[in-house]
Amino acid sequence: MNYAGIIITLAWRNLWRNHRRTLIMVAAISVGAWAMIFMTSLMRGMVNDMLRDGIRVLPGHVQVHHAAYRDDPSVNNLLAMTAGEVSAAMTAAGIERFTARVRVPAIISSERESRGITFVGVDPRQEALLDAIGSAIVEGEALSGPDDKGVIIGQKLADKLDTRVGKRVVVMSQDPDNEVADRGFRVVGLYAANLAVQEETYAFAGREIVQAMLRIGDGVSEVAVSGDDYRDVSQLLAQVSALMDEQDEVLPWQELDAYLGTMLGVMDGFVLIWVIVIFLALSFGLVNTLVMAVFERVREIGLMLALGMRPSSILAQIIVESILLLVIGLSVGNALAFASIVPLQDGIDISIVAEGMEMFGASSVLYPELQMNDVVLANIVVLLLGFLASLSPAWRASRYEPVEAITKV
Amino acid sequence: MSAVRCIDLCKTYRQGDQDIKALDHVSLEIAAKGFVCLSAPSGGGKTTLLNAIGGLDIPDSGEVWVAGQRIDQLSKGALASLRLQQIGFVFQAYNLIPVLSARENVEFVMQVQGVSKDGRREKSTAILKEVGLAGLEDRRPAEMSGGQQQRVAVARAIVSKPALVLADEPTANLDSKTSDELMELFVELNEHHGTTFVIATHDRRVMGYAKRLIKMLDGRIVDDINQRAA
Ligand SMILES: Nc1ncnc2c1ncn2[C@@H]1O[C@H](COP(=O)(O)OP(=O)(O)O)[C@@H](O)[C@H]1O
Ligand SMILES: [Mg+2]
Repeated sequence: MNYAGIIITLAWRNLWRNHRRTLIMVAAISVGAWAMIFMTSLMRGMVNDMLRDGIRVLPGHVQVHHAAYRDDPSVNNLLAMTAGEVSAAMTAAGIERFTARVRVPAIISSERESRGITFVGVDPRQEALLDAIGSAIVEGEALSGPDDKGVIIGQKLADKLDTRVGKRVVVMSQDPDNEVADRGFRVVGLYAANLAVQEETYAFAGREIVQAMLRIGDGVSEVAVSGDDYRDVSQLLAQVSALMDEQDEVLPWQELDAYLGTMLGVMDGFVLIWVIVIFLALSFGLVNTLVMAVFERVREIGLMLALGMRPSSILAQIIVESILLLVIGLSVGNALAFASIVPLQDGIDISIVAEGMEMFGASSVLYPELQMNDVVLANIVVLLLGFLASLSPAWRASRYEPVEAITKV
Repeated sequence: MSAVRCIDLCKTYRQGDQDIKALDHVSLEIAAKGFVCLSAPSGGGKTTLLNAIGGLDIPDSGEVWVAGQRIDQLSKGALASLRLQQIGFVFQAYNLIPVLSARENVEFVMQVQGVSKDGRREKSTAILKEVGLAGLEDRRPAEMSGGQQQRVAVARAIVSKPALVLADEPTANLDSKTSDELMELFVELNEHHGTTFVIATHDRRVMGYAKRLIKMLDGRIVDDINQRAA
């Protein structure tokens, strides 16, 4: 439209009337946008790392348990379906990344020490598909199959038990009739995990061997299934629920691990706050620039009004000018952010500053993660709030009395 | 139907503790196709009267009629479209938008009116040529002399052939030759298109072109001379 054309022309030319002021503002917006996106991607990288690790302990974006299992993780609370039935159902539904585990509390004893642990009977091939912690073998070898008679323990636990690969340990638990169920295992491998407490807690053995030891037939306590994206599991959740016995409880990881789930939520809020805080700093400059611009142009605004241009068009002019300024600043800022994040994709070594961070589950290599929705959020926040911030100067400009404005010196 | 009718207009400004009667019971009727000069010494009330007729300023009392419509009670929006569609303005104080070229300034009103690009270009080229600015279409106001700027303002006021042109000291910055050319252009428009002109001036040369000369002093009409008996 012709009318829109003149508004945009005027906004654009006016923007470049005071080069220096405009360039300073563009620089400020660029740096602000860069800081929003870059810092957010670092925070994302850190939290994602923690979350992935958290989920990796005994992974599965969606897990299935007996309804009472989470309160009482005992051998009495097994799933309605057997490992064989689960496997058949999953395969039939085209789900590949699943695993069925037996998981019970137990006591592990070496020749010297005893420790309480969580004893997990696994099919190592299935676990490997899910990238479980027990798969990261640092000494010895992995379990060969569900019928492997060895046990895999964490490095830390090996220290505590004063045992090593090749030595024998005894694992003791209860069968469904509350009778002692125990068995000797040879330590075949040691694994490493990011959290020391994980290395101390979990011991892995072949599922069939554990089932036999606990006298539970082909029963399992947990089924874990992974999808493509841990952030969006709703579809997977529905699919798995349909397959499993309705008495059993199918839950996403966020609910299984409230700490991690909350963390993701908190993180989203944190990103928004960060973006808004930076914007508030920017908005002072923006509003000031616009107020100055309007003030300098009182007479020509009066002239346009006197010639019959509508106040709304004056309003639009100032807002378009502000949006143009924001768009230019954002474009540069986004480009800077991408340019500075992409070379860091291989990770930033933060081991110097990260000592002690491992305690919280963070590793010492930080992988910045550029999430499209964060980038979109930052841009939308800046545009939207920028638009709101420019309303007041624009409104004032549109309210001038033409005659007074035109004769103002 | 008269082009402009003012009935008993009063407008008082306060300057310090003094009341200044910029318009003091002014009544006036200008026929369609009129060509009127308002002459008064500086401060006589010319600009105030033109602003009242142009719907830019509301008088304290009295009525203003333009093209058969009473305008002193219209809303701001209605006044804006009246100015846009029916009146061409040459202001005394400030006329051009600095970021637009001569051509764009001339086309501004047409653009707001919604005239197509081709139509605008044709008209702006022709009018700039008529006011002697051919070749200067792309200059910004800052790159032109005061006289050239004044001619751009005149070109903008008449380019869309409004029914009424209100010009406030349009020849203030022009030499006598250019003044004459401009006035001849006004006369031609007046005769061929029936455009009504109301020109505020204290330039005798300009007054010579007027069919009717209205003299003001301190906000009052003191003389009304029909210069060319019809
Ligand atoms: N906005 C204003 N505030 C105060 N006084 C004004 C204002 N506009 C005009 N006047 C006064 O009104 C009188 C008439 O002014 P004006 O119409 O501009 O005269 P002219 O155009 O004939 O020179 C002058 O005395 C002027 O000082
Ligand atoms: Mg005046």
